[in-house]
Amino acid sequence: MELVKRLLLDVLKPHSPNPLEFARNLASLSEGYEVRLVVEEMDEKTESIILEISAHDIDYDLVSEKIKEMGGSIHSIDEVEVVNAPAGE
Amino acid sequence: MISRIRNFIRLTHASRITRRYFVTNGFDGALTMLGLNMGFYYQGEIDADVALGACFATAVALMMSGLSSAYISETAERRKELGDLEHAMVEDMEESDHGDAARLVPYLIALVNGLSPFLISLLIISPLWLSINGIDLPLHPIEAALILSFIMIFLLGLYSSRISGQFWLWTGIRALIVAMITSWIIWLVR
Repeated sequence: MELVKRLLLDVLKPHSPNPLEFARNLASLSEGYEVRLVVEEMDEKTESIILEISAHDIDYDLVSEKIKEMGGSIHSIDEVEVVNAPAGE
Repeated sequence: MISRIRNFIRLTHASRITRRYFVTNGFDGALTMLGLNMGFYYQGEIDADVALGACFATAVALMMSGLSSAYISETAERRKELGDLEHAMVEDMEESDHGDAARLVPYLIALVNGLSPFLISLLIISPLWLSINGIDLPLHPIEAALILSFIMIFLLGLYSSRISGQFWLWTGIRALIVAMITSWIIWLVR
């Protein structure tokens, strides 16, 4: 069974919600989600961020849906870590 | 639902504008009731039910004016902001929280803008209603309504100090001065 352990996403988002709220909302999606957010570039109305999400098993659809709900847009998936864990883990 | 509304208010910074609308339109309501009751007071011999009818109709008109004007202007403002954001994001944002906020926040602001003068007016004219329903007051109902107008105007002035950060007593007295000038002008032209 493949588990997604880590994702590195390039995201464009509006200024609001701010990076702290944005990361907090993503971390609150499920227990054990760790979110690291780095603001790469700021424009008048938007900011480009690099999101690093780690967890036991990341639900990508849930993450992308939440990002979209907050007004963000995923530009690219830059890094992925997936493990093939024994069944039942 | 409450947390979503809070989120929309935070996203659009609507709390500042609703606070401002509450004070400005509440002030409109209180001053209008002061003016009407001043007119009745100087006329003398006006029945409380006639005064109540005129005041209530005016309060309803103020509410409808507040509701419609804020809804129209805020909808236009929020649609423009959303359009600008969509342009910057190069993406349709109707399904996002920003899209939901652009649709919902104008209703919320319109509600505050409409209800603030209406509820303040109802409070001010309550002595007229009490008098018509047989409750004895220590003052003539129109005089009681005038005193309530001054109190409400003073309280709105106090509340505005929370927005401006100025000394509360000064903002309260400043609002009272406006009410006194209004009364003086009405007295001059009576």
